[in-house]
Amino acid sequence: MSDVVFTNEMDEEMTLNMGPHHPSTHGVLRFIIQSDGEIIRKATPDVGYLHRSLEKIAERCTYPGYMPYTDRVDYVAAMFANECWATACEKLMAVTVPKRAQYLRVISCELNRIASHMIAVGAMAMDIGATTPFMWAIREREYINDFIEELCGARLTYNYHRIGGVSFDMPKGWADKVRTWVDKFIPLMEEFDRLITYNDIYVKRLANVAVISAAEAKDWGLVGPNLRGSGVKWDLRKDDGYSVYPELAFDVPVGKGQFGAVGDCWDRFYVRVEECKESGKILQQALTKIDEHPEDDLVGKLPKKLKPEGEAYARVESARGDMGCYVIGKGAEEPYRARFRTGSFTAMGIIEAKSPGLFLADLVALIASFDVVAPEIDR
Amino acid sequence: MTPEAIFQRLQEKFGAEAVFDYHADPAKDRDPWFQVAPWEIEPICEHLRSQPELAFDYLECITGVDYPDDKKIVVVYHLYSYDKKHRIVLKAFLDREDPAMPTLVNVWSTANWQERECFDLLGVLFEGHPDLRRLLLPDDWEGHPLRKDFEEKEDYHGIPTVRPNPIELFKITLPTAPSAPSAPSTAAKEAAKA
Repeated sequence: MSDVVFTNEMDEEMTLNMGPHHPSTHGVLRFIIQSDGEIIRKATPDVGYLHRSLEKIAERCTYPGYMPYTDRVDYVAAMFANECWATACEKLMAVTVPKRAQYLRVISCELNRIASHMIAVGAMAMDIGATTPFMWAIREREYINDFIEELCGARLTYNYHRIGGVSFDMPKGWADKVRTWVDKFIPLMEEFDRLITYNDIYVKRLANVAVISAAEAKDWGLVGPNLRGSGVKWDLRKDDGYSVYPELAFDVPVGKGQFGAVGDCWDRFYVRVEECKESGKILQQALTKIDEHPEDDLVGKLPKKLKPEGEAYARVESARGDMGCYVIGKGAEEPYRARFRTGSFTAMGIIEAKSPGLFLADLVALIASFDVVAPEIDR
Repeated sequence: MTPEAIFQRLQEKFGAEAVFDYHADPAKDRDPWFQVAPWEIEPICEHLRSQPELAFDYLECITGVDYPDDKKIVVVYHLYSYDKKHRIVLKAFLDREDPAMPTLVNVWSTANWQERECFDLLGVLFEGHPDLRRLLLPDDWEGHPLRKDFEEKEDYHGIPTVRPNPIELFKITLPTAPSAPSAPSTAAKEAAKA
């Protein structure tokens, strides 16, 4: 898009305000857009509307007491922030998690990943103007919400993971129910492809729009599906092998540039569609393998007093990519400092650099393809 | 490469004044870290990124931590290499009264927003940053909340920051009965016994 020539003679530059309540800005975001007709000259994101000072709150909570707050870091995929906080605290306190609890974490997280990606791909189609796929995706998400509700009692802010393990075991018959659903869900994704993915208008709206090269994606710190959409085959579950992921077989889908350059909006969309299928495969295996550890405790051996000293940085692969949590303990019940590094935050940084030359409608596609969630940016 | 090997390599290249203080106590420092001199950080990071054996192409996280007891603000950098799959942690110790250091925007673009956040919440001035404005808080906010001595104002533009405790507000006070109902019944029982 670099060959767009701006005309200054007429000087019809407008300053537009998009948001904070525009329907396609995912959550409360605002953009100040300078545009020449339909072409953007500069889009400046204005974030912070959902800042709840979660990092300051952490300094006044005990380590286990902070867990419900981590749900609010990213409420579309709350399980990952739970896991991230738990993993960081476990690393700090040198706690080992029993195998059964690790499998329960993987199962709950992969269910949550599908639920989050359903919102991402469905909302993206809706932003482009197709409303049916969103309803279709929400239907599947609803099943997952029901499953997770049975597992931990909550549908959105789960508070399911604990430092050292998880809070509840699976209810009776739950595994079979989930397995039956997953067996249906994986072929359903092909139906989803027929519904929207290869739709001619949809492809034309997304292919070759806002192309991000692999080098750019690394430079700007893009993570997760956004990074893989640019063709970088890197997944924390595979490359770092945390939890029980090394025992499970799955692929890491990357953007291949099927309809244009590698790293366009369509690639980022399709990586998520593929990832849903892979998560389904992980679920099938994990639900079988968890039976090998029936006797395990759900929470590992914790020290008598949770007053660790030192610092630890833990990472998990959330639905929006590498989520990091940095904890510093100073021998008190409360952490001295906690910090969350989230995927949406770095994705927002690149928008200002990528937007010049885009059409206004393409900015909507760009935001949707990053799958940014406002609470995760602001924390 | 292990963090220790990277530390030694950097120390050889930049000297013991710029790269020093390696920490790897397994009971405390779960990720080994070392200090870099704040004003030398840009060439060090450029070296870390551009050398093919080091290839740190991913700046994961910039964190500011306030230590009022030591009169320091520490900026922590978590770096990772996609190719080599190794990680290091750098720390820059700044003077708490005048926290300033050079920006890393020219090394990794992602430093742009992360440094803005660090400036917003801790007040670290990144010199040479192209757009050092507040990010999360309103532009007219006073103070930097993640500093340990930050005190919240009572209101912000007339909006109170504290509210009355709802439990106190809706507490039902039971009317105290002039005479306890159980007392006459026991008296009656005793009377019946007699």
